[in-house]
Amino acid sequence: MDFERVDQIIDRYNGEESALLQIMLEIQSENNWLPKEVLERVSKKLAVPLTRIQHIATFYKAFSLVPKGRHKIHICMGTACHVRGAARVLEKVEDMTGIQPGETDLDLKFSLETVNCLGCCALGPVMEVDGKVHGKMSPVKTGDALETYK
Amino acid sequence: MSQIQFEIDGKNVTAEAGMTILEVAQQEGIYIPTLCHHEKLEPYGGCRICIVEVEEKGWTKLVVACVFPVKNDIRVQTRSPKVDRIRKTIIELLMAHAPDSPALVELAETYGAQTNRFVKDPSFCIHCGLCVRYCAEVAQKHAIGFVDRGIHKEISFNPEIAARECNDCKECFPLCPTSYLQAVFVYTQSLSFP
Amino acid sequence: MARLNTPEELDHFRKELISKRDPKNPCISICAGAGCVASGAADVIQAFKETIKKEGLAATVDTKGTGCPGFCEQGPIVVIYPDEICYVQVKAEDVAEIIEKTIKENIPVDRLLYKDPVTGEKAVKESDIAFYRSQERNVLCNNIKIDSRNIDDYLAIGGYTALAKALGDMSALDVLETVKQSNLRGRGGAGFPAGRKWEGSRLAADPIKYVIVNADEGDPGAFMDRALLEGNPHSILEGLIIGGYAIGAHEGYFYVRQEYPLAVENIHLAIQQAREYGLIGENILDSGFDFEVFVHQGAGAFVCGESTALMTSLEGKVGEPRPKYIRSNLKGLWNHPSVLNNVETWANVPLIINNGADWFASIGTDSSKGTKIFSLVGKIANTGLVEVPMGMSLTDIIFKIGGGIPNGKAFKAVQTGGPSGGCIPAEKLNLPVGFDELTQAGSMMGSGGMIVMDEDTCMVDVARYFIAFLTEESCGKCVPCREGLRQMHRILTDITQGKGQAGDLELLEELSETAVEASLCALGKSAPNPFLSTLRYFREEYEAHINEKRCPALSCRELVSYTIDPQKCQACMICARKCPVDAIDGGKRKIHIIDQERCTRCGTCLEVCPPRFNAVTKLSGEPIPEPPSEEARMITKKSKKE
Repeated sequence: MDFERVDQIIDRYNGEESALLQIMLEIQSENNWLPKEVLERVSKKLAVPLTRIQHIATFYKAFSLVPKGRHKIHICMGTACHVRGAARVLEKVEDMTGIQPGETDLDLKFSLETVNCLGCCALGPVMEVDGKVHGKMSPVKTGDALETYK
Repeated sequence: MSQIQFEIDGKNVTAEAGMTILEVAQQEGIYIPTLCHHEKLEPYGGCRICIVEVEEKGWTKLVVACVFPVKNDIRVQTRSPKVDRIRKTIIELLMAHAPDSPALVELAETYGAQTNRFVKDPSFCIHCGLCVRYCAEVAQKHAIGFVDRGIHKEISFNPEIAARECNDCKECFPLCPTSYLQAVFVYTQSLSFP
Repeated sequence: MARLNTPEELDHFRKELISKRDPKNPCISICAGAGCVASGAADVIQAFKETIKKEGLAATVDTKGTGCPGFCEQGPIVVIYPDEICYVQVKAEDVAEIIEKTIKENIPVDRLLYKDPVTGEKAVKESDIAFYRSQERNVLCNNIKIDSRNIDDYLAIGGYTALAKALGDMSALDVLETVKQSNLRGRGGAGFPAGRKWEGSRLAADPIKYVIVNADEGDPGAFMDRALLEGNPHSILEGLIIGGYAIGAHEGYFYVRQEYPLAVENIHLAIQQAREYGLIGENILDSGFDFEVFVHQGAGAFVCGESTALMTSLEGKVGEPRPKYIRSNLKGLWNHPSVLNNVETWANVPLIINNGADWFASIGTDSSKGTKIFSLVGKIANTGLVEVPMGMSLTDIIFKIGGGIPNGKAFKAVQTGGPSGGCIPAEKLNLPVGFDELTQAGSMMGSGGMIVMDEDTCMVDVARYFIAFLTEESCGKCVPCREGLRQMHRILTDITQGKGQAGDLELLEELSETAVEASLCALGKSAPNPFLSTLRYFREEYEAHINEKRCPALSCRELVSYTIDPQKCQACMICARKCPVDAIDGGKRKIHIIDQERCTRCGTCLEVCPPRFNAVTKLSGEPIPEPPSEEARMITKKSKKE
């Protein structure tokens, strides 16, 4: 991500320090991850220590310091989904993609995360891929759904 | 500055508004154990070992002395069966990380804490935060910070800044109760700026 | 959009809007909440709009995607007004028939009507559905009636009358007194009296004050706030502006979790539209009151639902809670007086202003007034959002509204209050729902999550699950929470894996006391609750796990074994083929046996064995029966029964 774009995002928030998380969320959303140089740029422009930015980038799970895959899989591990068998859905995804939560596969195709409740509890177990919610998942249905992603 | 009058361990004391129980206790020569406190740093309230009993308007509660602002007519007890029990558990939890830390060994003796009560953890950082906070607030170099959260939280040096600043400073080194800081520094140095 | 400068202009505009809408004309409302969208609602909405247009009916038939009424399991939901005909699980292919029969000829399409799982009765109107009948949907009722992305819909149903009344006819003190008298208690978890919180801020000398909406609904299993944020964002916004007026705050913040992208979008849109109408900004409705609203997104941290952590996050820092020795309504956001309330709390404010404090206080019990929205999920027939008056019994909620436990299973416990709450067993089900009643039973109201569990749920595993959750979400600043939960998690995991030891329960209780008494914030202080409540009511399960290495619910993987009953097995080979580790030995007429060494206890064989054979059983804590001899395993034609 070029610095011009980073500066544009920062300027839209008037360079305010309290907007730090919102700025980082926008960069994450556009760029898919937070490269070190970009964080250094933000640190410089907002006059905020890099240690604080790095703590924020690792404290909050929305951020990633490494490139993410083309397709982001989120498996809900909320109580309602858990009670309906979310653990087995997760196992199936781990089997099929070869990665564990927090990881991205070597082709940068899939990134896998667990999420604590997407708010679609009535449809549990729930799997979200690229923002699209797949409800009432079973290990078999999960396999079928994942096959559709290139 | 208005004056506050209250009782601590049976002793009537007068203090200025805005002082914490810990500050007043230290002034009065009453000992309350601390791990994450340092007079040059903002109170942290992380280790919770300075926990004391406070009776206010008939209700008793537990608060951490390093942060709680003194109020009129409260009665503070720096030791009690409950306080001791909790301090003992805190020491034991920390000794799962750093059983050899001199500060913890000394506290363990006072409170009858057992070194091996809990399953050991590989990291001997006890997250007192003294190194991070000192570098940020006093040295103002921001060479070291925390990363992540919860049980995954760790201290982490910024290699570029550390390479530039630390060898001429190292003021945080004597603060570390477990010497984990020194170990991390050596490790970072060997990887990034030998 | 012309700015509405006075209450009279607002009223006039509203009347104009209403006059342009003929209540007799059909209006097709399709839920466009996240749940129904996941089930295909977007296609249904598209199909309706296209077909209505094609049939030339667009002039008299209104079609809109609406807010979430909370009946997600039955989605996509379609309600056709004015007759309120309700269709469930509607697909795009059904649209043509609905338009032919229901729109043109007013005949319901029978197969799309809701069928009661217990009685088998079909319900034509939304209000006939048993799920809705016992509810009192004061806050949620409008979700299915409005397009939440269009402020005109909200105005047409009376939206912003409360704001006009508060700013035009009431003083700030009047508004505060009304909220105080209503006895509204916070809906986010702690149940603190809202009026008292507001008063503290109002009386503070500091001229800069803030009002904040806590929309970081993090409790797993709870989605009440999502439905309101997506489905009726203006109701929350209106409450927020009124609250700002009452305490003298000129800036309001929404802190919305980023896991709810539709909610974030709809809130932004609502604020933009309200600003265009002059309902946010300077001199609102000629009252002299200025108010601005900002939206911040969360970034994936449950702890940021805690009020001080939320404020720290708003300040652009990591979400570490702060000590509450000085309450945040006195020193909060940037150390200024800040009133932080939950989404549902704010949504109740316009109702209280419009209908009066006495009206609100007439609903509910002595100590818990008004209605509460619960998310009734888990092992329950009718999953969804339920809004009931405080004081209704759990029995009524679970059985009358929820339809009881499916698949003939027995009720075991209902978990309320999320990770801070506890489990309530069958013998306490006649408890009236209320803040104090639930706390006394060892749980708490929390934000409204109500997760029903049946006989197949292991209560030790429930405790382990919640502690695991909180261990991951802890900010890590204080020792009792970070280290205490770490150790509790280890011990509980060991117990579920058959490695429990004598003394474990006492150790867990000690760690619980330390966390409850010494943690920095409410996350740590309430973390032991799920463990403590399950220990209180289900101690025998813990003891079975530790002393007998047995899981009574047959759930904990390391403690169960699967075995095939030779009397029932018909050697159909299905399980042998499906077993992922080839642990089943058997042939076409040879009774199958499971190799216990290879078995990973995944449960596939139990799942796939045909129900008419039902030959696979789970055991725990008992020896596995000897497999039959080789000869006995051969099925001869005589003994092959059906």
